[in-house]
Amino acid sequence: MSIRKIAATIGAVIVLGVAIMAVFAPWLVPHDPFAQDLNLRLVPPSFMEGGQADHFLGTDQLGRDYFSRLIYGARISMLIGVATVITSGLIGITLGMLGGFIGGRADMVVMFIITCRLSIPLILVALAVVSLIGSSLTVVVMTLGLLLWERFAVVTRTTVMQVRNLDYVSAAWAAGCSRTHILLREVLPNIVHHLVVVATLEMAIAILLEAALSFLGLGVPPPLPSWGLMISEAKDYMFFSPWVIMVPGVALFTLVLGINFLGDGLRDMLGATRDA
Amino acid sequence: MSALLEVSGLRVRFNDVAEAVRGVSVQVNKGETHCLVGESGCGKSVSALAVMGLLAKGGIRTADTLSFAGQDLRGLTESQMSRLRGDKMAMIFQEPMTSLNPAYTIGSQMAEVRVRHRGGSKREALDRAAALLGRVGITAPGMRLAQYPHQLSGGLRQRVMIAMALMCDPDLLIADEPTTALDVTVQAQILRLLMELQRELGLAILLITHDLGIVARMAHRVSVMYAGKVVESATAEALFAAPTHPYTNGLLDCVPTPGKVARGAELGSIPGSVPRIPLGFEGCGFRDRCRHATDACTRDIPTQSRIPGHDYACVLPSTWPAEHAR
Amino acid sequence: MLVFLARRLVVALLVTLTVLTVSFALTRLSGDLAIAIAGPQATSADIEIIRKAYGLDRPVVIQFFDWVWSAARGDLGRSYLYHEPVANLIRDRLPVTLTLGITGLLIALCTAIPIGIIAAMKEGTLWDRGLMTISVIGQAMPSFWLGLLLIITFGLKLGWLPISGVDDWDGYVLPGIVLAFSAIPAMMRLTRSGMVDALASDYIRTARAKGLSRASIVLKHAARNAAMPVVAVAAVQLGFMLSGSIVIESVFALHGVGYLGWESISKNDFPVVQAVVLFLATIYIVLTLLSDLLNAFLDPRLRTS
Repeated sequence: MSIRKIAATIGAVIVLGVAIMAVFAPWLVPHDPFAQDLNLRLVPPSFMEGGQADHFLGTDQLGRDYFSRLIYGARISMLIGVATVITSGLIGITLGMLGGFIGGRADMVVMFIITCRLSIPLILVALAVVSLIGSSLTVVVMTLGLLLWERFAVVTRTTVMQVRNLDYVSAAWAAGCSRTHILLREVLPNIVHHLVVVATLEMAIAILLEAALSFLGLGVPPPLPSWGLMISEAKDYMFFSPWVIMVPGVALFTLVLGINFLGDGLRDMLGATRDA
Repeated sequence: MSALLEVSGLRVRFNDVAEAVRGVSVQVNKGETHCLVGESGCGKSVSALAVMGLLAKGGIRTADTLSFAGQDLRGLTESQMSRLRGDKMAMIFQEPMTSLNPAYTIGSQMAEVRVRHRGGSKREALDRAAALLGRVGITAPGMRLAQYPHQLSGGLRQRVMIAMALMCDPDLLIADEPTTALDVTVQAQILRLLMELQRELGLAILLITHDLGIVARMAHRVSVMYAGKVVESATAEALFAAPTHPYTNGLLDCVPTPGKVARGAELGSIPGSVPRIPLGFEGCGFRDRCRHATDACTRDIPTQSRIPGHDYACVLPSTWPAEHAR
Repeated sequence: MLVFLARRLVVALLVTLTVLTVSFALTRLSGDLAIAIAGPQATSADIEIIRKAYGLDRPVVIQFFDWVWSAARGDLGRSYLYHEPVANLIRDRLPVTLTLGITGLLIALCTAIPIGIIAAMKEGTLWDRGLMTISVIGQAMPSFWLGLLLIITFGLKLGWLPISGVDDWDGYVLPGIVLAFSAIPAMMRLTRSGMVDALASDYIRTARAKGLSRASIVLKHAARNAAMPVVAVAAVQLGFMLSGSIVIESVFALHGVGYLGWESISKNDFPVVQAVVLFLATIYIVLTLLSDLLNAFLDPRLRTS
């Protein structure tokens, strides 16, 4: 098997694994991820010296089981990833369709909106919004969803423009189909594979962005075990207890890597071009 | 007197999939134009690229003889070949529009050849470039040197390519369909230029073309190629006077000659199309389209001589065209 | 080409206007600013005083035009926290962010372009696949995590580089590397695909026919044409780096513009938030214009038409 195929398979396995972890979290965790035990603070993982068999990945600075927090963190990352992709996808695809299909003035407007969005410093604005409205899971998802649509819009617009001039679309026009019908039944199915690839890319970006926001203290609020938040909480202890930042960091890295591999594999399989 | 360029048994295959050239032999002498003629896909361009060592990745070349000015090219490394190319052996291509680097001026692209092979300063090289541009009929050569390729027309660019090929006084010029992409009037000018340069500089020219009209004008010797092999080889006069191979006959039939063909007569054509020759193919590649094919055509085809210097690869006797009146 | 540039300028101005609006609207998100500034302990009388003092009692539209008019003249307001003109605050912190951004960009270019060229020359081989896989790995690293890891390894365990702050030039090395990490994968891929296209082109065949050296063919002829899209991307990447430097600046405790932005958000210093958003957006807009100019300059076909 080529490197590409191996990577794509690994990616699929990782993503599936994390998804299962996320869905079945309550049944998988050995301990309550929110239960503190101040007598058992910063216990190393069981395979390092000083570790306890009871706590596979040790405990954090408040004595909470790290393994359990890790698993619950998967929930947050997957939730953020999927929800953001759906929201930003809806916005971006709609805009892209309008611009690419209708063209002319509408397209100029859409391009202008995209340019404006690209000019805005993303993290700063996201931080500001969360800070001003108040930090919660919903707010983070909505903010990211309302900000991360530009790649969807660009790819949709480009592919729609390519497709709308093809013969089968012209045939549909000639047969008297309505604009909506053509958009939804002729154009959309033929650009879906490009969008799937973009979706995986955006999912990875959303997860990393949420982690960054939580790291800076303006993302998912504690005590929710967002991996980014866990890294942030751990950085005061990282010199003496390095596993506290290694564990969530490796988890984040692995998940995003898996999504990227999967996305590359999907792109090869579906024949979509990069950034269309 | 041995030929300047001596090729025999040239074979080129790509990635073990197909053989584009299946045993081609060509000789080009100083001051002589040898035309390699055939339809698209017959392997004439690939043969030329193979001689120059410019095959694309995946191309494998073998030959019984491949020598230039007495030097065996087969054993040369890429680095050694690159010293010959542009210096003693030059090549110009079919698409003048894309054959020049859009990011550099004409002058810099011409000068670098001279500096690379003969040393000297860029100034000297540019002076020579200006002189050559004038020689190939480009006005205001000094101004042209500072221009970029996109500012020149196709005909001008091809002249630049010719001038660039002459920067180091090559002994051999390989021209791969140099006029195909140009307008007819420009074609004539370029061809006339090549003939003049040959007379003046004693250039040996290997001219690749599919156009029999060009062959008639330019060639001293002709080799007709079909499906990777040379099927007939003769002087130009001999070929047009007495085409022997069925394919050559078919080709000439396709070109109506005023006076020879009656008004209202059907235009000749060769039924079928150029086949892809799989590996391990034996016999004559033309047999599926030839009216005179027999069982003998599936086995090894001998190279017969009509008269010395006029060879053809067919089982038919050299007298057959007279027997089968057209 | 002048027409093209003029059009781009008009669009840029319109975008700037939009960003002005967005930055203004952003700070008004929490509702009544006066309450937010006054804090939870304030009485309604205190709130009224604050409202008047900061001009928050005027109609929103007037406040907006005041903002636009001042910003156009370079007056970006006064910080609630520092009691200084915001423009001064930004000016003081800009060198750090700029140095960081340019360091990151240089590291990225010096890494991505050679690797991209090598990958293209070895197209299809294990080398090529391997290098591209590494680029995917680079994309998956959370930047703040990478920063912390580098601090532990190079700052603490090996003691080669400072843990934080920029007392000396070596304070920029680690943050520069982290910043570069985010840009390298895209630039590497772009260089590679540009080179692959260039190497397959007719003019490279001509260069080979001219007997030029391999170095000359790859570096002079092919790379020149492949460089154009990469340079354009580089300018835009710099824009992204500058506006996204906030995370790295906070990990490495660098007091740049991004850090200022974060600080002002967490302390409700609204004029600063507004101004920093506008400032960073303007830098990005200017850089994209610059990138278009560079493109035109590098491609002679665009220049003389």
